[in-house]
Amino acid sequence: MHHEITFPTDEAAVREFRAGDTVTVQGHIIGIRDATQIRIFDKGVEPPMSLRGAALLHTAPNVRKLGEGRYEPMCIGTTTSARMSRFTEGLVRDHRARAIIGKGGLLPEALVPLREHGGVYLAIVGGAAALETTQIEEIEQVEWEDLMPECLWKFRVKDFGPLIVGMDTHGESLYENVQVEARKRLEETIYSRL
Amino acid sequence: MAIDTTTDLQQTVEDAAAHLYVWSLKDIPQDLRDALRNAMETETHKVGKRILETINTNVSVADERQNLVCQDTGLAVYYVRLGELFPLHPARIEQALREGTRRATLEHPLRSNTVHTLTRVPTGDNTGHKIPHIHWEFVPDWDGLDVKCIPKGSGSENMSFLKMLVPADGVSAIKRFVLDSIVGAGGKPCPPGIVGVGIGGSADLAMHLAKEAIARPVDDVNPDPDVAALERELFELLNETGIGPMGLGGDTTVLSVHVEQAHTHITLNPVAVNYQCWAARRASAHIFSDGTVDYDREA
Repeated sequence: MHHEITFPTDEAAVREFRAGDTVTVQGHIIGIRDATQIRIFDKGVEPPMSLRGAALLHTAPNVRKLGEGRYEPMCIGTTTSARMSRFTEGLVRDHRARAIIGKGGLLPEALVPLREHGGVYLAIVGGAAALETTQIEEIEQVEWEDLMPECLWKFRVKDFGPLIVGMDTHGESLYENVQVEARKRLEETIYSRL
Repeated sequence: MAIDTTTDLQQTVEDAAAHLYVWSLKDIPQDLRDALRNAMETETHKVGKRILETINTNVSVADERQNLVCQDTGLAVYYVRLGELFPLHPARIEQALREGTRRATLEHPLRSNTVHTLTRVPTGDNTGHKIPHIHWEFVPDWDGLDVKCIPKGSGSENMSFLKMLVPADGVSAIKRFVLDSIVGAGGKPCPPGIVGVGIGGSADLAMHLAKEAIARPVDDVNPDPDVAALERELFELLNETGIGPMGLGGDTTVLSVHVEQAHTHITLNPVAVNYQCWAARRASAHIFSDGTVDYDREA
């Protein structure tokens, strides 16, 4: 099934998504990364923009500075999510973020907060940054510039995707399914031939 | 031949490095384009095929817009083949590669990724202590210089693995370690990519060899027939695992497996795995002793 959705959104909307569905995003996406989340959760600093209902993107963009607090997108892509798995609970429970967009998947334990508090993980094609950049209309707001390039970025997007629902609110992860199947193949048909 | 320690040739190498870094990020080699297109055409898994279509579209968009293929400008790694008779000392070549990296980063501008490992303070120009890293090969009776630039992204570099197996574990344990590493890596290193395997030597040499392996063209085969057979076997087995593009399932888990070996100690059996993502960026220059430069995307 395919979903067109505008962010920010509410919990009910993302609970409709099932692992394997495809999604195109309109509206706004907020860029966060390792250093951003270390500041929010480990240092306890309140983020200067609301994450409520947001789609978050694991990114550290290439930008050109135009003026005070103004940046032009040059090449915006997506980083590996697994490093930031431990922040999932705080994002969905305390900040009510509704989607995390990344590549490679969150660790399986992130399924619990996604299910309990209503959040989804949307998989983008890692490395496909030239295409992703064309789907970002403007960088509307930048906070925590001292963390450059791991600032808080607010992007206005158009037809952002295609994204694949990698982890849903019903406890299913495509990544886990693939891992279980791959390990079964190793045990049953591959190791014996080495 | 006199050694030019100062001027023009060093500048030439610096300019070449600056050009290679940016060029490699935007224009991926033809062997890789062919492999990605072929994977898209043969993939039977629906999600995997969709992902490979997006990857191929992205390569075209990068061409049309003269943009970077991937946002991760990586750690610049240089592979240098230096002829004995090339009239510039390695110390100056190292300076030139560092300065070229710095200039490209600031002038383009490119995202800088380099930070101090403990303080995490960025340097802002993609250079730092011992960075960029340079692999050296010295060639007797030759007056040329080959420089290859590989910007190495962190998603794939984080999926690096080393195991000090013992001789009694044999070759089967080497194969098993490679399979377990790539299955465990799942979608994190942006599959389908190039798997580099280093076997033998010492711990550091095994990983060094794995890194040399990922720098080879996709369709390159190791000249040692025993090593080539291992490459072929690992390629086929890895593509039976079903990990697929971006770890979301499919027939295409890797585009290529390259193995490099060194002799080792009678009691050692080391194996190292280094992964290169599908955006396996690579560009080379041949620099002649008179200062002319021949850029070569395919080397």
